[in-house]
Amino acid sequence: MVIGGIMVITRKNPVHSALALIATLLAQASVYLMLYAPFVAGVQVILYAGGIMVLFLFVIMLVSIDRSMKERTFNSQRVVGVIAATALGGLFIAVYVNGKNIFPEGVPAIVEGDNTQNVASLLYGQYMFSFEIASLLLLVAIIGAVVMAKKRI
Amino acid sequence: MHEIIQYISSYLTSDKTPGAAGNMFWALVYIMLVFGGLSVAVIAMNWLERKILAHMQVRLGPMRVGPHGLLQPIADAIKLLLKEDIMPAEADGFVFWMAPLLVVLSAFTVFVVVPFGPTHAVTDMNIGILFMLGVSSLSVLGIVMAGWASNSHYPLIGALRSSAQMVSYEVAMGLAVVSAILMTSLNAEGTGTLSMIGIVQAQFAQQEWFVFKFFPLGLIAFFIFAVAMVAETNRAPFDLAEAESELTAGFHTEYSGFRWSLFFLAEYSAMIAVSSIAVTLWLGGWLRPFPNWLSGTTWDQIFNLFPGATFLFFAAICFFNTARMPKHPLFRVQTIGLAVFGIVLALIGLVLFYPPVSLRVQDIFWFAAKVAAFMYLYIWYRGTFPRYRFDQLMQIGWKVLLPMGLGVLILTASVALIQPMIWHP
Repeated sequence: MVIGGIMVITRKNPVHSALALIATLLAQASVYLMLYAPFVAGVQVILYAGGIMVLFLFVIMLVSIDRSMKERTFNSQRVVGVIAATALGGLFIAVYVNGKNIFPEGVPAIVEGDNTQNVASLLYGQYMFSFEIASLLLLVAIIGAVVMAKKRI
Repeated sequence: MHEIIQYISSYLTSDKTPGAAGNMFWALVYIMLVFGGLSVAVIAMNWLERKILAHMQVRLGPMRVGPHGLLQPIADAIKLLLKEDIMPAEADGFVFWMAPLLVVLSAFTVFVVVPFGPTHAVTDMNIGILFMLGVSSLSVLGIVMAGWASNSHYPLIGALRSSAQMVSYEVAMGLAVVSAILMTSLNAEGTGTLSMIGIVQAQFAQQEWFVFKFFPLGLIAFFIFAVAMVAETNRAPFDLAEAESELTAGFHTEYSGFRWSLFFLAEYSAMIAVSSIAVTLWLGGWLRPFPNWLSGTTWDQIFNLFPGATFLFFAAICFFNTARMPKHPLFRVQTIGLAVFGIVLALIGLVLFYPPVSLRVQDIFWFAAKVAAFMYLYIWYRGTFPRYRFDQLMQIGWKVLLPMGLGVLILTASVALIQPMIWHP
């Protein structure tokens, strides 16, 4: 996953970057599987790897590659980069050292069998309102895209 | 040593899939069996397609290699393996190399969850159908990669067409699948399932194939899926991605030899995979016809005779044609070959009559028979329908199938909600 992520930003050819991003997303799906969340893993594969990335590739392939191959991939913003890296690294080390105090110990064993059913009952039970709001937002986005893309409705 | 034998034999009495029982050895055996069976099925499909298409067009089809061209697919396979492997000079090497592998990988991986019987599946996942849809949607990536990496016009256009088509029909397909999954939740607990084996068991428990459930809602959903699955596998009449008259061969124009045969293998196993989704979701999977209505030992025994009888029937066809062979000495080898083929089929048929075997094979036979019917339909479509234009294709996908799918989904949900209130107040 980390290797895929690094490949995404270092490849000069945008198609290679997109393929590396797909590898990253698939690796993320396998991380979900290891966390006993098969439903999320399946959705990840269908939506990101199967759907969104295909559209990504679709667009990238129609763009001229020759020009982007000549562009510089990295902007050298050393100072900001070093500060951000130190901050993130410091955060990681802090969490690693203090991990036992921050996170509860002994996660209860999760039954793999009922995962999908649990996700469904949480989505449509406890978090019904936020779920509906999110879907309404998506609907607005879709209509907005159609309105902007189409000259005459 | 003794422990190993015990480990291996312990599964034989189990009534779970090898994956669920956690038995590595049998899981591997099943993977091998599925892989081998699939390859044989693809080879048989190749021969059958050419033969049936030829007969539909009042031709004979392959006749030279082996009796009635039976050895033609093997000759083809040898030819493909011996062909030169060409890579265009301007092609993107790594992506060009990866594309057929990705397509084949995604086409074969889906068979991990296909339930050939209550115990005959490599494993049973809680997210079975989701896994199948997800992994088979990865194959479109391989196609796009192949089209782009070839660095040539026809493959690129073919790949763009193919990906646009697959992405848009996936939506209609998903809606149809969801309405079938909704039907699995009509039990006492009110919880549905995504597991492939669970879906078939739900149909057994509700004593109805989901095609006939809530007539005609199940039928419409099945119809949407049946159209979308032809489009998903890029077959006629939706084979715009490889329209020979416009694009030579679409995304695999630049591929030759073994790599091309990988695409071929993937296309046919993807066809088998989507057909088995349709069979599992709507046509009762491995269940034999009328498992509830015609139940009892007598009927069980009668239906147990079917697998053997089918093979005997094929053997009889072989013998009939052996008798019809020309009596010229030049045809002697072919006549003997056909007779031997008939004897082999008859022997398989006789073995299948042996009760322990027939009991074990029964489920696989009904599943395979239903999938075979779909395979015949594929060939039939190709022989009879003219190809659609691309805008017509998109119109069917987005303006006909998608609203229909949404409507069926909403109606199924409301009927499923209302029905128990009326019948069981």
